[in-house]
Amino acid sequence: MRRLPPPPPSSEITPEARYLRRREILKSAGLFVGTAAAMGTGLVALTGRGRRANVTAEPLPPELLAPPASATPPAPSGSPAVRNPFTTDEPRTPYEDVTTYNNYYELGLDKEDPARNAKTLKPRPWTVVFEGEIKKPQRVDIETLLKWFPLEERVYRMRCVETWSMVIPWLGFPLGKLLERLEPTSRAKYVAFNTLMDPEQLPFQLTDVLEWPYREGLRLDEAMHPLTILAAGLYGKSLPGQNGAPLRLVVPWKYGFKGVKSIVRIALVEKEPETSWHMAAPREYGFYANVNPAVAHPRWSQAMERRIGDLEKRPTLPFNGYAEEVAHLYADMDLRMYY
Amino acid sequence: MSTSAITTPDKPAAPRAGAGKLGWLVPAIVTGGLFPAVVLAARAARGDLGANPIAEAMNQLGLLALVHLVLSLAATPLQIVTGWKWPIRIRKSLGLLGFFYVCAHFLVYALVDQSLALRAILEDITKRPFILVGFAAFVLLLPLAATSTAKALKRMGFARWKRLHRLAYVVAILGVVHFVMRVKKDVTEPAIYGAVLAGLFLIRIMDGVRKRGNKRG
Repeated sequence: MRRLPPPPPSSEITPEARYLRRREILKSAGLFVGTAAAMGTGLVALTGRGRRANVTAEPLPPELLAPPASATPPAPSGSPAVRNPFTTDEPRTPYEDVTTYNNYYELGLDKEDPARNAKTLKPRPWTVVFEGEIKKPQRVDIETLLKWFPLEERVYRMRCVETWSMVIPWLGFPLGKLLERLEPTSRAKYVAFNTLMDPEQLPFQLTDVLEWPYREGLRLDEAMHPLTILAAGLYGKSLPGQNGAPLRLVVPWKYGFKGVKSIVRIALVEKEPETSWHMAAPREYGFYANVNPAVAHPRWSQAMERRIGDLEKRPTLPFNGYAEEVAHLYADMDLRMYY
Repeated sequence: MSTSAITTPDKPAAPRAGAGKLGWLVPAIVTGGLFPAVVLAARAARGDLGANPIAEAMNQLGLLALVHLVLSLAATPLQIVTGWKWPIRIRKSLGLLGFFYVCAHFLVYALVDQSLALRAILEDITKRPFILVGFAAFVLLLPLAATSTAKALKRMGFARWKRLHRLAYVVAILGVVHFVMRVKKDVTEPAIYGAVLAGLFLIRIMDGVRKRGNKRG
């Protein structure tokens, strides 16, 4: 015969009052869980963040790429390494970070929005207009333009005015070569760039965050400098939309906002062109926008920067570490005034 | 529930202060309010805060602080408009949750973002109006948090306590200003919080005017 289990100790017997209130207790428990869950998920939805977009990009056709630079002869042992400003050997920022942490307001204001919204931007077919003070004004299809000059890899530091930085392997060609081909007239003093104006492809152009289309500019000598490139790719692949497909400016010694994206117009002009951030907040963003740790942004210091992926900040270098190459362009200028 | 199980049926446990029918409310608000901190910590541990996790954590903590402070300031106006009593019961918890997130925001800034470089922090606070405004909000919250207990209220007397706690509005306004100054250009989001605050303030002013009118009448 099986024995009955022992009766539960009296301490485990549910008190009668509690037994009678069981519905009320259940109801309270339900309200607790429901309210906590609603508040918790509501707050996370309001202040949290979604998943990063998955970024895929087309490889660039190999015929567009420059042959890999013939290996420079090894420096004689004991001699200091040769400085190559065109390729820094600092660790590269991972592809995922370069392509999901972007300022491209036409595709959304938060850093991860452009990667999510870039689908609307169609980088083909694409035409770029060259006009102004040049002897050969013309409209050129992007496919043709990319065949004019072989794409070279340039590994540059990129310093954002918001005090973060990256190291990005771009694929591009020197802007100077293009300008030579277009033959600037003697009146050309500056180069003006425009981003595409098309709210269907760049939906945030319907807002008035900035004056659209996005405008940038360079002095002619800055534009002709061998460090200045027009990029069509990064990490060996074509530029994703959020990075400025199909063609963008890269000027590594200037703050990132000078790097105008998705360019449709390049004009040589006589006078300093208006630029979008300068128009929006002239006291905060100058035309030159050279990386300068000594000149603070009115609301934050520019002395330090956080390299994406690092925990600790590092000191920001004058001209973003390219002073040896470019400081002479500004030899007689007060950089506190021309920030 | 093992502790209450020994209570004999004829001598029920005295309900805790604030319990009763709505006893679940404050624990639910605190649990829900802390949930985003748990999610944030879990994502940080997984390396799932994007390319700039420190900026992301500071942004989220700052926004959570502002949301809780605004919610706590919404309690009294909600009670004025609807006559419900329950908003008053959660006002303090919301305010303390806001204080918790302000502290977390400041700690991430000081310990992680600035690596506790005191000179840089001091320079930030004294030279950068946007950091100064945020820091002022943090400092003004300290006496409010310290006097959030019933004991403190009794010690101070209700009138004095109430006057001190009006600082909560100043803190929230400073929070919105700090937010406006931080964004590069688009002020839509901070403007929304500013508008909500203005609306709440307006309800309280109108209520004050109405009460004074009633007294005179």
